[in-house]
Amino acid sequence: MASALAIDTDQLRKLYGESVAVRALSLQVSQGEAFGFLGPNGAGKTTSIKILLSLVAPSGGTARVLGAPLGDREVRRRIGFLPEHFRFHDWLSGEEFLTLHGRLHGLEGADLRRRVGGLLERVGLASHGTKALKAYSKGMLQRIGLAQAMINDPDLVILDEPTSGLDPVGRLLVRDVIRELRERGTTVFINSHLLSEVEVTCDRVAFLKRGEVIHVGPVRDLDLEATSVTLRAGNLTPEVVKGLGTFGEVIHRDGDLVSLKIRSQRTLPEVTRFLVARGVDVYELTPHQPSLEQLFIQIVGTEGEL
Amino acid sequence: MSAIAILARLTLLEASRRRMLLVALLMGAAFLAVFNLGFYFMLPTVVAGAGEAGSVGVGTGEFFNFVLMAGLYAVNFLSIAMGALLAADTLSGEVGSGTVQAIAVKPIRRSSIVLGKWLAFAILLAVYQILLAWGVIFSVWVQAGYLPPNPIPGLALMYLEAILIMTLTMACSSRLTALATGGVVFGLFGIAFLGGWVEQLGSFSGNTTAIQVGIVSSLIIPSEALWKRAAFEMTAPLVRLLGFSPFSSPSVPSDLMVAYAGAYVMVSMIVALWSFGRRDL
Repeated sequence: MASALAIDTDQLRKLYGESVAVRALSLQVSQGEAFGFLGPNGAGKTTSIKILLSLVAPSGGTARVLGAPLGDREVRRRIGFLPEHFRFHDWLSGEEFLTLHGRLHGLEGADLRRRVGGLLERVGLASHGTKALKAYSKGMLQRIGLAQAMINDPDLVILDEPTSGLDPVGRLLVRDVIRELRERGTTVFINSHLLSEVEVTCDRVAFLKRGEVIHVGPVRDLDLEATSVTLRAGNLTPEVVKGLGTFGEVIHRDGDLVSLKIRSQRTLPEVTRFLVARGVDVYELTPHQPSLEQLFIQIVGTEGEL
Repeated sequence: MSAIAILARLTLLEASRRRMLLVALLMGAAFLAVFNLGFYFMLPTVVAGAGEAGSVGVGTGEFFNFVLMAGLYAVNFLSIAMGALLAADTLSGEVGSGTVQAIAVKPIRRSSIVLGKWLAFAILLAVYQILLAWGVIFSVWVQAGYLPPNPIPGLALMYLEAILIMTLTMACSSRLTALATGGVVFGLFGIAFLGGWVEQLGSFSGNTTAIQVGIVSSLIIPSEALWKRAAFEMTAPLVRLLGFSPFSSPSVPSDLMVAYAGAYVMVSMIVALWSFGRRDL
């Protein structure tokens, strides 16, 4: 059902002269989902976001955001955006800044004042509302930027590197805000290279490399895939070790210690049954879930992207 | 409030918060002080000289007009510079720093960003020019009791010139960096300035080729032509008859040239809107 998609792109392309920023972006994000958009620097994450927001015109392909084609002005009433390395008019006070962005969304009067006050409170800047933005720290600016992205109570929030430059407290706040948005049914699209953030906050992730999605799937599934297991056991016979090979790949054996790579944690009970049936003394059977960082390198590769 | 009004207000607030307004007003006041002081010390000599020649009233009016036009000539240049400086960094600067991104994703037209800024600059230029130009006219009137002919159409033409430069600068700034924009606009202004003098000298010496060079330069950018027409409007009738002064010209730009300048502003605006509307931010 097309209307249930917050973001739906098909073969989006962006060329800057000869160089390709986005090659063929096909991506579906459901409404109410928290979606992580991951990739190394220069993979085309920010350009992709800018296309979705009509800041940049695509060279090819099509996309719909909240059901509307690219460039639709009215749909932007329902979108909130926090730009990367954002700079705002720093001679405005926090309050004036939020008021300005609220007005640009067509909000006015008491409703706008209430929202500005509420958001300042929410991002922990209630006592700094009258201070000029140029006196804000980097973390405070990121917070006010986040508040700006929520001023219109949007259905879709696009955050480009929301936690960059934030201290742990700030990161926790961003995490809480994202969780709140999700609970409210808001679609959250997060562009990040801070994988730990995405791991905690997102339902699904897409990996982008050289302007193309090379992997997309639920965060939970990612963790379950390709798990390595450490087995410490007595009386391991060569037959048993060979038998272990049917569950996956024996990477390493050193006496009582065996490192095994299995396809999914779901095979772990079978491995246990197999070992017990053969009278192996199991002292330890530890699955190691790869962190998203490891997965990231596994999926995207380690070569630099320039 | 419409998006244009919101953004015009923001731009005016920026001019005030970032002290642009204050500096412009202080420097304008300093300019008027120097002008008044100079005029004050020259005045007795002129009146005395005219008295000795036994022709009080004849010649002094022309002198007052000359001083006034010198003052307005400076005001004209300052207004042009102000128009270019205000607009040079406004679009390219906000694209470069990224501040425009959070604005442009709002449910507003891109053109509102351009028009809002333009409106604010037009207001600032009007205030600046009214204070300075009327400051000059008022100074001469208070000290010597002299008023130039046709000040309203004259100042309107000067205002149109400042608007023309400002709009052209915005059109360049929609794509070029502030420095490149400044280079283009002041380069064009230089062509117009030089062309104006070539035309004036050609007209004085009856050289039609030189006049044509001047006209072509006015077509490239009609800023100088507007000043010449403004100066013609406000020049003392006797000097007009003589046909030569540093601030006026025997070849007076026609109504058609004024209309051309108006069209030039419109086209510059359309280019600014079109170009900014299509660029990647």
